[in-house]
Amino acid sequence: MNSVIRIILQRLALGLLTLFVVSIVIFTAVNLLPGDFAQAILGQGATPDAVEAIRRDLGLDQPPITRYFQWLGAALQGDLGNSFAQANFASFVGADSGVRTTVAQQIAPRFENTMFLAAVTAAIAVPVSLVLGILAALFRNSVFDRATNITTLTSISSPEFFLAYVLILFLAVLNPMLPSLSNIFEGMSFGERLERTLLPALTLTLVVTAHMMRMTRAAIINLLASPYIEMARLKGMSPMRVIVKHALPNALAPIINVIALNLAYLITGVVVVEVVFVYPGIGQLFVDSVKIRDIPVVQACCLIFAAAYILLNLLADILSILSNPRLRHPK
Amino acid sequence: MTRISRRGLLRTGAAAGVLAASGLPLFAQPKRGGRLRVGLNGANTSDSWDGRTHSDLYMIASAQGAVFDSLTEVAADGSLIGELATDWEATPDAKTWTFNLRQGVTFHNGKPFGADDVIESLQLHVAEGAKSAAQPIVAAISEMKKTGEHQVQFTLEAGNADFPYLMSDYHLLMYPAGQIEEAIAKGIGTGLYQVTSFEPGVRMTAKRVDSHYKGDSAGFFDEIEYIAINDSTARMNALMTGQVDAINRIDFKTEALLRANPMIRIQEVTGNQHYTFPMLTKVDPFTDVNVRRALKYGINRQELVDKILLGHGMAANDTPIGPANQYFHSEMEPLTYDLDKAKFYLKEAGLTELNIDLNVSDAAFNGAVDAAQLYQASAKGAGININVVQEPADGYWSNVWLKKPFCASYFSGRATEDWMFATAYEAGVPWNDSQWDEPRFQELLLLARAELDSNKRREMYFEMQQILRDDGGVIIPMFANYVQALSTKIATSDTVGNLWQMDNGRMAERWWMA
Repeated sequence: MNSVIRIILQRLALGLLTLFVVSIVIFTAVNLLPGDFAQAILGQGATPDAVEAIRRDLGLDQPPITRYFQWLGAALQGDLGNSFAQANFASFVGADSGVRTTVAQQIAPRFENTMFLAAVTAAIAVPVSLVLGILAALFRNSVFDRATNITTLTSISSPEFFLAYVLILFLAVLNPMLPSLSNIFEGMSFGERLERTLLPALTLTLVVTAHMMRMTRAAIINLLASPYIEMARLKGMSPMRVIVKHALPNALAPIINVIALNLAYLITGVVVVEVVFVYPGIGQLFVDSVKIRDIPVVQACCLIFAAAYILLNLLADILSILSNPRLRHPK
Repeated sequence: MTRISRRGLLRTGAAAGVLAASGLPLFAQPKRGGRLRVGLNGANTSDSWDGRTHSDLYMIASAQGAVFDSLTEVAADGSLIGELATDWEATPDAKTWTFNLRQGVTFHNGKPFGADDVIESLQLHVAEGAKSAAQPIVAAISEMKKTGEHQVQFTLEAGNADFPYLMSDYHLLMYPAGQIEEAIAKGIGTGLYQVTSFEPGVRMTAKRVDSHYKGDSAGFFDEIEYIAINDSTARMNALMTGQVDAINRIDFKTEALLRANPMIRIQEVTGNQHYTFPMLTKVDPFTDVNVRRALKYGINRQELVDKILLGHGMAANDTPIGPANQYFHSEMEPLTYDLDKAKFYLKEAGLTELNIDLNVSDAAFNGAVDAAQLYQASAKGAGININVVQEPADGYWSNVWLKKPFCASYFSGRATEDWMFATAYEAGVPWNDSQWDEPRFQELLLLARAELDSNKRREMYFEMQQILRDDGGVIIPMFANYVQALSTKIATSDTVGNLWQMDNGRMAERWWMA
């Protein structure tokens, strides 16, 4: 068990290093884009004076390296800073206007929404793909197997917005069962929230199912050639029991990895779906912030995205270790 | 329909109060009740109730259109009526303006409205370090004096006959004096609707104030909900599936689909929004008026209206004064696509061939790059070789516009001639994107500004439009319509405002449940 803890600590340390590198890359990338916050927010009104004034207020006139270390210093103390947009407004008013001002406060509700969508999607997609994968392995090369493969591969190969519109067409326009607008907000009942989140969740399910389902199928089929499975079969076990009892536990490691990867995608890669369904998640906030070069928000979003990947991958690794006795008790 | 002369109201706006009180029932019988749900674009997570920062429809419709009021208001028919001011009067030189304020008005937090609120709210725009787009309007006021609890006197730096119009600007919202920070944080105004929730960039809801000075003449919904939908397809879906009752800015490409739906009505008005190709008239070869003229005849305006706007617009004649302006010169001889004339003027300029760069990006307006390419093709026959340089959308306004000698731009237009000219055609103003400095034009601009006689102003503004058409440095090929879609559950009056989208952003005030 000690080895597991050591691995966790090691990975967490590496994760922190990764986050640090990510923050440098993002900061550089945003700085390389043409235009800055002052120019973006002023648009046509970007007279040299106004641009200068905003840059001065926000400290954008400082060299990038200074700004990066200022940000890093604050971030290490848990302060993600103020969004430029909000800071800019505060300077308009002359003081803190009392509404959401820090990046953390701005991101929190959006992140919550994104997590909710990811959770609903995972609750549908993970069981569905596991069951489909097991069944496909069980009835491999049958009509069922082929149909499942074709359907899931088609859905993963289609652009997300296309799937979204197809679902809207069938479930919102032709048969008005679900709302096409997922603008959830605070104070909504859980049931209503769930109903509004269902269409984007279904769209995402279609996007991620194929990957997980095919990995499940492949991992199980891979094992079916092993001698111990042959043994189980010779004992006279039913094919279903062979797969669920004997093959699946040994196939868990790659499956868990793929699930973790897809869950991370549900947090970081859902911008398009959020836009189509007008879902107020973190993806939209991220895109808006990149558009206006609001570096503190962009940085915070990227760190969240990177952290989601790192943590979910770590979790996947730990679970695969725990699911594998050989790794659990290394010689 | 009785059309009241706008200028008649200008000097003594006494009738304005009456107008506001009598309101809409000329056309139909609006009824109270229901919840208006609108899908709008132009929303940002950085939105706030600070009028100085408003620039796009979402906040304009939410603030001036529902929660806040200004001193004056441009009615749907283009006339100026009083909102928080009942009437106003000018000295003959149009330099000193006295506004009488409405009595018995309260803010949503119960504070009564008076002269102090006006002065403090306007001063916000000239505060140290403030970056208000309405700064020039307020900066032109040299003195604001409280002459009574409900009377304010403004002394201007120079006479301006349009001053009451300027007070209808959507940035100039009235906040409660002494509580402005709180009012900006929570959205406390004197408008017909009181904020119940506001999530910037996501959603705004408000409920009708029980007793309001506009009484039964406006504000027919019990509740309103403005949903931020920046994606045009998502907006259309929301309307098609009945989750919103109206949307702004429909995509021309899918307009036919919306039209085919019997539950949906398309509303289209031609206003002052125009797309432009400005040239820097102090940079060669654009210093030569003959070069500018050649370029004016080398563009096929109708083709641009047909192909870029898909018919949702009107060919323009290089003047920014549009159908929503009072002194729109509609009888001016149109500039046609005429290669012979273009060649003629090129020859006058002593050239047989003209090679120029046109720097464009779709940031200037939707379809700007395509428009530039059409221009390139149409001008070629006259020996004008336009090299279309595609610029990145990022930083376009800072790096290309006002910098490159020939580029693309747009203006949403202004309610008055003077306002538009003062924004982009007056010598020395920051947005003068053609470096326009023609002496006669500038002389007329100042004369017309201080002139209260409507007929004389008309003459002057017509002459100015003619100058821009003949010699001006901005090619304005088209006015783009405002096109919005409504569910048939929503009724509107026959006259819809064309100053801005969605009935000038005042749908919560002016529309009702059918």
